[in-house]
Amino acid sequence: MASFNMPSLGADMEAGKLVEWLVKPGDAVKRGDIVAVVETQKGAIEIESFEEGVVEKLLAQLGETLPVGAPMAMIRSSGEVVEETEEKPREDKAASPVAPAPTAPEQVLPVSPTARPGTKDIAASPAARARAGELGLDLAMLKGSGPNGAIVLADVEAAQPSQPTPPPERQDFLAEMRNAIAAAMARSKREIPHYYVSHTIDLTRASDWLSATNAARPPEDRVLMGAVLSKAIALAASEVKPVNGHFGENGFEASDPVHLGVAIALRGGGLVAPAIMDADKLSLTALMAAMRDVTARARAGRLKSSEMSMATLTFSGLGERGVDAMAGIIVPPQVAIVTAGTPRPTALVRDGALVAAQAVTLTLAADHRVSDGRLGAKFLTAIEHHLQTPELL
Amino acid sequence: MTEDDIRRAYLEDLIRVAPDLDPAEISGADHLQDDLELDSMDVLNLVIALSKRFSIEIPEVDYPQIATLDLAAAYIAAQI
Repeated sequence: MASFNMPSLGADMEAGKLVEWLVKPGDAVKRGDIVAVVETQKGAIEIESFEEGVVEKLLAQLGETLPVGAPMAMIRSSGEVVEETEEKPREDKAASPVAPAPTAPEQVLPVSPTARPGTKDIAASPAARARAGELGLDLAMLKGSGPNGAIVLADVEAAQPSQPTPPPERQDFLAEMRNAIAAAMARSKREIPHYYVSHTIDLTRASDWLSATNAARPPEDRVLMGAVLSKAIALAASEVKPVNGHFGENGFEASDPVHLGVAIALRGGGLVAPAIMDADKLSLTALMAAMRDVTARARAGRLKSSEMSMATLTFSGLGERGVDAMAGIIVPPQVAIVTAGTPRPTALVRDGALVAAQAVTLTLAADHRVSDGRLGAKFLTAIEHHLQTPELL
Repeated sequence: MTEDDIRRAYLEDLIRVAPDLDPAEISGADHLQDDLELDSMDVLNLVIALSKRFSIEIPEVDYPQIATLDLAAAYIAAQI
């Protein structure tokens, strides 16, 4: 019997609120099946099963907020015999679903950029602070269960368990997301020794090829420069491995698959970077279709749990109307992020002569615990190389 | 199809692409990218929706002509 737990959907998540069960006891599930919908600071996320078997019992109640790692359901693997003696421990778990789980990988940072007057000396997570403000609770009256007694979101929810609250307004939602981003990025900058390299790349061939290709295609088959850059980055990452993977308790583990997180800006502020699985293996057309799909679902607030947690490298582009360059902050547990300025006509030297050519400046922020500038330069050069043969992408 | 019908259809497709926009707050001169903060992926999704709905070709070079509600209404009316 395996317990199905609240997954960590990124470095900035501490808890999620169960809003929908898509399975019931007796249902067979396989890996990747969507079993529940959980509301997080990044919108509603569809939670996929990573177990195969039959749903034995649902432990979490609708509307309940559970910390990362808390058991949500029990899943009996195929062929496993139902053991009556398991009844008691299951009941115990069901009775205390908000107990902090021992496996929670993230704990909350006692950092808040938006401390309220009078409460700023109290250690509390940004999400807990925001929620307490929403509920009109005084943080000083709450008991914290986080590190050094810090108040975490679950403590605030526990203080007001039965009171139904209206769905938060979009502004509140965005403010919460901003707090979550702030906490994750502060942690990244504190723990990861970032180094940066940047390179301006001639896009003449890529943009000429793209215009010609798109002119012959109906809108639904057209490809954007963002997809071309993504494919070149994914291919380069499959060759220069120290930028692709996760840094965990045992140090860096390179990943063979390239699951490229693509940053999508949300209107009014906020950002999500869902992963495109195996981006290096997808054809450019398939990669473009996948990017369209995640963008649409990010806008509608319906991303999947695997997309929120499995990225091995992130790409963030400023799009068509930005500025020359941007330096990123690495999203833990990843070890690198590539950012692109806006592609635009730029003065380049080609064969000793000055030419105006379409170009883009890519900047790599990478983790010095894993690699150094020389490796970073090799990675950006590999991206440049792929962009010179766009027909092979 | 009247221009009002076209404008209504454009807004409908725009909201489907960007569900967090409020149709009541979109003016005819609002630019998709500069004012409504659509990115190039959203613009492409809108182009796809409009080209299907009206059965028209919208080549990439014409994208600036659908960049506001006012521009798009005139452009689409001329195409259908």
